[in-house]
Amino acid sequence: MNIVVCVKHVPDAQGDRTFRESDNTTDRANVDGLLSELDEYAVETALQLVEADGGEVTVVTMGPDQASDAIKKALQMGADKGVHICDDALHGSDAVATSLVLAKAIEKLGPVDLVVTGMASTDGTMGVVPAMLAERLGLPQVTFASEISVADGAVTIRRDGDAGSQTIRSGLPALVSVTDQINEPRYPSFKGIMAAKKKPVESWTLADVGVGPDEVGLGAAWTTVSSFAARPPRGAGTIVSDDGTGADQLVAFLSERKFV
Amino acid sequence: MLTNTSWANPLDLVDITSVLTPEERQVRDSVRAVCAKSIDPYVAGWFESGELPVARELTRELGAVGLLGMHLEGYGCAGMSAVDYGLACLELEASDSGIRSLVSVQGSLAMFAIWAYGSEEQKQEWLPRMAAGEAIGCFGLTEPDFGSDPGGMRTTARRDGDDWVLNGTKMWITNGSIADVAVVWAQTGEAGGGIRGFVVPTDSHGFSAPLIHHKLSLRASITSELVLEEVRLPGSAILPGVRGLKGPLGCLSEARYGIVWGAMGAARSAFQTALEYAGQRIQFDRPISGFQLTQQKLAWMNQELTNGTLLALHLGRLKDTKGLRPDQVSVGKLNNVSKAIEICRVARTVLGANGISLEFPVIRHANNLESVLTYEGTVEMHTLIVGQALTGQAAFR
Ligand SMILES: Cc1cc2nc3c(=O)[nH]c(=O)nc-3n(C[C@H](O)[C@H](O)[C@H](O)COP(=O)(O)OP(=O)(O)OC[C@H]3O[C@@H](n4cnc5c(N)ncnc54)[C@H](O)[C@@H]3O)c2cc1C
Repeated sequence: MNIVVCVKHVPDAQGDRTFRESDNTTDRANVDGLLSELDEYAVETALQLVEADGGEVTVVTMGPDQASDAIKKALQMGADKGVHICDDALHGSDAVATSLVLAKAIEKLGPVDLVVTGMASTDGTMGVVPAMLAERLGLPQVTFASEISVADGAVTIRRDGDAGSQTIRSGLPALVSVTDQINEPRYPSFKGIMAAKKKPVESWTLADVGVGPDEVGLGAAWTTVSSFAARPPRGAGTIVSDDGTGADQLVAFLSERKFV
Repeated sequence: MLTNTSWANPLDLVDITSVLTPEERQVRDSVRAVCAKSIDPYVAGWFESGELPVARELTRELGAVGLLGMHLEGYGCAGMSAVDYGLACLELEASDSGIRSLVSVQGSLAMFAIWAYGSEEQKQEWLPRMAAGEAIGCFGLTEPDFGSDPGGMRTTARRDGDDWVLNGTKMWITNGSIADVAVVWAQTGEAGGGIRGFVVPTDSHGFSAPLIHHKLSLRASITSELVLEEVRLPGSAILPGVRGLKGPLGCLSEARYGIVWGAMGAARSAFQTALEYAGQRIQFDRPISGFQLTQQKLAWMNQELTNGTLLALHLGRLKDTKGLRPDQVSVGKLNNVSKAIEICRVARTVLGANGISLEFPVIRHANNLESVLTYEGTVEMHTLIVGQALTGQAAFR
């Protein structure tokens, strides 16, 4: 089975994440980046599928130079090869442009049985790229999988909702996005770390995937961030000491804010 | 001129991470992940009960990551660099010195002895299983009457036809009671370096490894006596590649190097705990981190942690490029273990009464480091090794 996993390199949520003053895009320079944690589930899903049935896992990312770290992490986990689409013109691209570039790259890679993505990125958290990508590739989209199996040329997933769970089946090829409930991603073993040094990573420009610079980037974005403000620091909070009226004070606090 | 506007990471103010390669960072992160999952939630309990109930499973798990004999080449070992090995020791010891000890003894003492001095058959038989954590090793040098001065050891190996027959007692042997194989050093009386190493399967007739009880340090680690009574081994059990005390000392140099890093892990954990605690603990209506005396402690801990980590990294780079002399390892072990225990003691004071509770890792680290201060060469012996390197005079004999 040929599986492509789309991954994103995002600023580490443990650092002080912010936007660039100049154009309100994500500041990627001042915070270390890493493979989006939600994408680790996608990589793990693909690895488990090929470990069971054979095949190859290709990791695709679009992003600046340092985004190759996200590919490296996926290769260390066990993926076979990587493609990094990197081009100055991509800066500021929105989900529409991202899905276009990823779709072109996947088409260029040749026939694929399954495209796997995370359910959202941990920085933008829009969660729309999987659906857009499926549309562009003309693939059935089975999204938010918290369980997956592949048999007899079809993929079956479980999607958990508030009211119940759905079991969804689709023929292959298909696109699947997975939730953080689907598995426990492995951490790279030392052998994986050593092996990844020798795994092939291709670097493609926009021209390589046949997308024009005017179709992507901040200029082509359908939406822009017009302003941002840091979240106000958390207040000190109120400590209720129970002198016999503790419960009353708590209820008063909650009802004042219309929680009860 | 560059101005750095990046986020100040309180655990790495001078950004030592920036000089690590991406692979080195991943080694660190992988070890931290396995520690966070399989050690941190349980280790205080193991320490409290003085047991390591999951030693076998844990060893296999550490083997699956590639931690066991990670710096050795071939035979199922990962073939990582000295810096990688050091980073791994640091993360392990940030969880507990006892677990780091398990890994040090397995990789740097037992496996290293077989890898460096063993026959091809010995390597094939033991190393792949030990790397995978399927077989556990121990290293028997110290005896009840010979610690810092192992040259006087009384354990003997006697030739009997093609066989060797071992008799004697080893003391304070990490992993002893759970080991499948013991590397035992014994006096053969042969000319030209009578001390020889033997690969002893622990199910050999006449071998036993009673547990040492009543330890108040390194409690999440198994420490044992090795009793050898007429243990008969085939001629192939001897380590052919080395004669004399330089055999065991070569292994110790490997393990000591790991401790140079490991000690900084325990110190980092104590410092991190103290820093977080100080920010949250309110006295006199403000966080105690706002008091100058607390800040002085925090700043000092940070200094020593930074210095020690840089020293470890320097020695690691040197080991990977030129190799290390024993006295260089001594400088590192002497400084870093001594500073680590001081850091833990200072951190303990920041936590007040909570500093003596097992609910926090600080007293456990301080306590463990009492063992680390003594094993793999005592503070005094390393001081004298440095003294000898400086003056050319050996003051220890
Ligand atoms: C938890 C733990 C695990 C251990 N694991 C192992 C193991 O796996 N394998 C193994 O072989 N050993 C192991 N050891 C033993 C350890 O290596 C020895 O304890 C150590 O070498 C010191 O020996 P000793 O305890 O006999 O002390 P001694 O050598 O008796 O020293 C007592 C004191 O005298 C000082 N001293 C001795 N000689 C001199 C001198 N010439 N000048 C100045 N001061 C001197 C020492 O520094 C020390 O302060 C372990 C020990 C502990 C505590």
